[in-house]
This record gives sequence, C-alpha cells and structure tokens, in this order.
Amino acid sequence: MNRQYLTDAELPFCKGCGHSLISENTDKALQKLGLNPLDIVVVTDIGCHGIIDKCLITHTLHGLHGRSVALASGVSAGLNNPEKKVIVFIGDGGATIGMQHIIDAAHNNFNMTVVIHNNMLYGMTGGQPSEFTPMGFKTPTLPGGATQKGYDICEIVTAAGANYACRVLGMGDISDKLAEAFSRKGFSLIEVMEICPSYGIKSNPGMKLAQTIEGAELPIKVYMDRDRDTFCPDLIENSKSLIDPGEAIPLQFSSKLKALVRLMICGSAGEGVQMAAEFFAQAALSSGLKATKKGSYPVTVGIGFSSSDIIISNDEILYTGSPKPDILIITSQDGLDYAGNAIRNMDQGLIYLDVSLKVPETKAKVIVHDFRGKVSAKYAALYSFFLYLKQSSVFPVGALVSIFNKSKLAEKMDVSKFLE
Amino acid sequence: MTDNTNNILFTDNSRLVVEALFRAGADVFAGYPITPANLFYSYSTKRFPLFMAAPDEITTLQWMSGFSATGKLPVTATSFPGYALMLEGINMAYMMELPMIIILVQRLGPATGTATCGAQGDLALINGTISGGLSLPTFSMSNAADCWEIPVKAVETAVNLRTPVVILTSKEEVMTIGGFDISSLKEITRVERKTYDNDIPFEPYKADEKLVPSFLPLGNTKHQVRITASTHDTKGIIQNTSKVALDNSKRLHDKMIKNLSSFTFYEADEQEGADTIVFSYGITSQASREAVQNLRTDGRKVSLLIAKTLLPVPPVYYEILSKYNHIVVAEENFTGLYRQLLFGAVPAKHITGINDFGKMINPASIIKEVKQLL
Repeated sequence: MNRQYLTDAELPFCKGCGHSLISENTDKALQKLGLNPLDIVVVTDIGCHGIIDKCLITHTLHGLHGRSVALASGVSAGLNNPEKKVIVFIGDGGATIGMQHIIDAAHNNFNMTVVIHNNMLYGMTGGQPSEFTPMGFKTPTLPGGATQKGYDICEIVTAAGANYACRVLGMGDISDKLAEAFSRKGFSLIEVMEICPSYGIKSNPGMKLAQTIEGAELPIKVYMDRDRDTFCPDLIENSKSLIDPGEAIPLQFSSKLKALVRLMICGSAGEGVQMAAEFFAQAALSSGLKATKKGSYPVTVGIGFSSSDIIISNDEILYTGSPKPDILIITSQDGLDYAGNAIRNMDQGLIYLDVSLKVPETKAKVIVHDFRGKVSAKYAALYSFFLYLKQSSVFPVGALVSIFNKSKLAEKMDVSKFLE
Repeated sequence: MTDNTNNILFTDNSRLVVEALFRAGADVFAGYPITPANLFYSYSTKRFPLFMAAPDEITTLQWMSGFSATGKLPVTATSFPGYALMLEGINMAYMMELPMIIILVQRLGPATGTATCGAQGDLALINGTISGGLSLPTFSMSNAADCWEIPVKAVETAVNLRTPVVILTSKEEVMTIGGFDISSLKEITRVERKTYDNDIPFEPYKADEKLVPSFLPLGNTKHQVRITASTHDTKGIIQNTSKVALDNSKRLHDKMIKNLSSFTFYEADEQEGADTIVFSYGITSQASREAVQNLRTDGRKVSLLIAKTLLPVPPVYYEILSKYNHIVVAEENFTGLYRQLLFGAVPAKHITGINDFGKMINPASIIKEVKQLL
C-alpha cells in the first residue's frame, strides 16, 4: 500500500523500532477510513516518536514533554467538529509526565485518539525508567530492574471515562486496531507495546516482547468500547453585558461632606462586614459623593477577621489605602485584634467600639455602643454605619435606607430596627 | 436633589477588564481559580462565549494554545503560583506565535505568601519569562479608565503580533470597588484574526514586513499547517541551530521591538521647571498621582510618568526620565524591580526608589522623599 498521509521520506527511527511500525500502520489505518489529510491534526509529544511530524502531510502540532494530550484537548474543543480527527502520539515517558492530562481528557471525553508508544522506558534521553516500566524490566539506569508494576493505562482511562481503550502488541499489521480506535467518537486510547532497540534489548538480552508483556500482567485486549456523549462546548450565545445601566446608582440625595473621610470597619467573617461596607459606599454614591471600598480578610471564607476600608470624598479618590483612618468601627474581638495597627496610627478621629470589647489605648475618641446586642452579630456592621451616619450627617441616613430597601435583606429585616 | 442620568456603576475593575476583552474579540476563558484573580473567573463565566474550567494552570496554557491554534482568542487570569506553572506553556505559545491574553494579578509572596494582600512583585519574573532574553509584551493599568482601554490594546497587540500578551495587575487594582461613570466608556472595535488567503502553499512562519507571519487555523482544508515549539524554519519543520531557524527564533523578539511604538502607552504629566520626576505603574500609580498633586498644591514643582506598557521598555521612558536631576521610582515590592530593570542593580545616586512590602505605598512616603530631594 502506498503512503497517503506520510511523505516518501525515510522514517527517522532506529532500525527495528516500533515507532516505524506505528507510523506506517497509522497511514494504512487512515487510508482504510478514507479521511482527508487536512481534516486530521496530529499532535506529537516530546520523545523519539515526536520527530515523525516532519514526515506527515496532515496538520501537525508539536509541543512540550507530557503536555500533548492537554494541547490536543484545546485543539479538539476549539475545532468542535466531529468531522475532524485529532490524533495524539505520545510515549510512555510523556504519558507518565502528563498522566493528569490523559485522565482529564478521558474524563471530559474530548474527541481524540491517543496512541501510546509504550517501549517501557525514556528512549530519547538514555533509557531511564518510566512509570510504565514493568516489574523486573531493566534499563541502562536501572540495571536491577523496576521494583514496581508499571501503570495499566487502559485500566486508568477506562475508569476515567474513555469511550474506547485497547492494548496491542506492536508487531505485524496493527492497522485494523488503529482504524478501530480512530473511528470512535469521543476519547479513545490505544496502547502499542514496543521494545526500544537501542536500550530495551541491550538491557534485557534475549527478551521477547510478547512474553515480557504477559509477564507484566498487561492483557492484550479491548478494555472498553462504549458510546458516551463526546465533549461538546457549552457555548453561551448573546450573553448579557457586564456593564448594565440598569444597575447604575441613581443620584437621589446630597451630601454635606466637607473633606475626604477614610473609614475602616473591622469585624468577623460571616457577620456581613463587606456587604455593609458596600451598602455604605453605594449610599455615598447616591448622595453625589465619590466612594471606594476595599476588603481585607484571611484566605478562609467563614472564620477570622473581616475588614473593609471605605473612602468618601467630593473629589476623585486616588490612593485607596487607609493606614490611618479618620473613623474606625470595631464590631467584634476578631476586628479588634486586626485593628491594632490602625488604632496605633490614629492620633485623632473616632473609634466606634462594640460594648462587648475592651477599650484599647488610643489618642482617638472612643464611642462605645451595643451594636451586637441591639440587632444581632449578623447585622452589627450595618447597624454601626447607620449610627455613624446619624451622628455625622455626612450624607442622609435615607440614602442608606434606600440602598438597604432595594436589597434582599429588606425581606428579612425591617430597616426601622437600625434607626431606633 | 434628583438626577436621572444614572451613570454611576458601583463596580470593581475586573468587570471592566472582562467586558473590554470580550468586546475586543476574546472568546474563550480557560482557567483555574486563584485569589486574587477570582473575579475574572466569575465574570468570565457570565460573559465569554466559551468558559473552560481547567484542572490546573499547566493544563490552562495547553488548552489555550490549542484554542488559539484553531483560531480562537483565549484569556486566562492567575496569580504568581499559577503563572509559575504556566511558564513552560507560555514559552511554547510564544514560540508557536499563538495570540492569547494572560492576566497576572499580583499578590504578596514569596510562595503562597498572603493570597489576600496585593503586591507588585512579579515584574522581573515576567521579564525573564521567555528563555534567551526575548521580550514578552506586558501591559499595566493605572486606574479604572485604563481597565477599559488597556485590555483592548492587549488584544490588538496579541493578534497583530501573533503573541501571548501579559496584563500585569494586582489585588487592589481589580478587587477594590468604586463608583465608575459608564458614560465615559469609549466604543470598542472588535479585533479580527486575519487568515492567510492565497493559493501559494502556506508557510506558517514566513513573516511579513512587520516580521509577523500570516495565520491559518489547524483543521483548515486548504493548506497544511505545521506548528511547533521547537526551533524551526519558516515551514515549521524542526531544525537544529541552522541559520534560518535561529533567525526565526530571533525574529520573535525583533518583531516586538520593531512594532513597539504601536503598543507604547504611558502618561507623562510634566511640569515646567521641575527637576524631579516620580515614575510608577499599576497600583502605585494612584498614590503617585496623589503625591504629585499634593506636592504641587504645596508649591513644589514635580513631574509624573506612569508606565502602561511595561515590557519591552519603551525608549521614550528614558528620553523623558533623562531630563530630570532626580528620579523617584515608586512600586510595591521589596527591592525595586522596575527600577533595577531600567537602571541596574546599583543605580546612579539621582535615582531613588520608594518601595514597600505587604502594604500599598502611601503617597506620604513619596511626598517625603521628593521634599527631601528638592
């Protein structure tokens, strides 16, 4: 059979290497399926097999060691076309490095066929063992032989969700087996067992491929053949703009603010600190002010401190830090512990402190109030902003009432509780 | 008082960046969630035509490269730990000349450091990303307005120069919320990826006069496309260190330098008679603006240069900075990464740095330094 997918060039492999057999049989298998070479993308990994791409007349993509299956996954999802065939050539070394990508591709059932060139060692770099090296199999750097069983990749991808998985001996005509794998939709994998003529045979004189594979307890068989749905990108059409004028804040109030004010609120995670700060900043915006809000919190979600810096100003706000706040609100012990630096930095200003907390040493004026007891810990932060607004009149309390009443919280809590 | 204009949106800048990228033509987001880049991830799920949740950042870069090779324009957002995992993949995409956008949201290191604290500690990493000293286009944003405009420039650069592009930002830049006047937003024109349209056999790495090769997607039925990360000739055939192959690799850097003026963005606010200039970028830009504003109010003459194109370093920065007797470089890292990159590890005495670690640079620090110089 004349080549139709390979050029007439001599294949770039050592004499007796199974990679030549796979290349020739791939050509033959594709001829059996009658595919257009330009409907095929062959993605090659790093390793001796990877230099085949210069001999192919299909599209070729040659990437990094171990990553070819992930690269092919992007190609497959990008093409999103069942008429296109994505084929990955990868060695047992590359498969060891990129095992996660193979599992992931099988799990997602990306439309591709992975051809594992398993010669049981890393050939290109001098014959180091891979995790596919069978127990007892020797390599130049492992003269005592591998002490563990090698991976059964067919078992692994079957468990992960592959549509098709099979192992063949790299001997004779394997084009029908390859054609079977290529013809499956979704993720298919075919593992071709070979011997590296440079390192495998020299390290294991007299070995026979079939016996070695049998001894390795790697059955030559089809492990899985099913028709699970192929990966299909979940395309979102006509998504809504993230810039929605309907979400703009109406200018309904006015402010008596004279100069920029930096506020800091410190409380506990899960007690609505960030949300309260956002409500306050939005209320400032609806009063014609400029406002920024930034949050500080540990990486944990529901435990520890939660702090927010808010700045309100008549003019554009540039620097958004608040190392020395004008107003510091502390609603919990977590907040008090976190606020240490700010308290030390304040040489004037006001601290609103929950009554449950010990009054810290400070040059700022301290106002003690029962935030937590009055409306519960969950609403203490929000309540503290209402109190601050009532006392400072930097903008109308009504602005915060308005923002609150537009929120879902209004269904759970009557705003009058904050105003008493 | 009432007003029906209702143009003030209460938003973080991540939203502006994602919307701008989408309108500019980015169509796939692939990524892995990491603080403080999470908002990019969540906005992208709502806006991009295709969203792909990757299992890790190594996979992310591979998926993105696959998408880009089929004609899509992918975006991801990450932080230092993720970028570190992407490093080899970014080199691959750079060598393959695959356009994509990588947003790096800086946080406090080293290592996992403090995920919820901002920083500007990764510029040297980006500068050294491409092995061999080749340049990777890198942008920075200085305020909300830039978060609308710079992403579009990033997309244009990625597509026009066929290259990965980095947008370098930091936690407070993209997570702080504020009022933003949406009536100020300029129209964005979608950037199209042009494809090779000729009967002459396609050479995927044959460059034009701008040193940029034409593009054809994998899977097209007209011409064979060969793409490779290894040293290659114009046909995409792997070669050792032949002249044509080395010339091709060097072209990857040369195309950035040749076209640098097309993606040089900065803000120079020079005051006549000033002998000191404050130079900054990213999150420290606003502190620098505030410091300069206050100094001028106090009657001090001082100029300001804000870099938006960070890499390759536009020569115009040296032209501007060289006019001043004192240069103050403000950036939120321990040792002055951009200062060292521009002026060496032991800069001349007239170049000083304002640096901080673990907290935003306060305008007061810049003011103090400038006052001491004048």
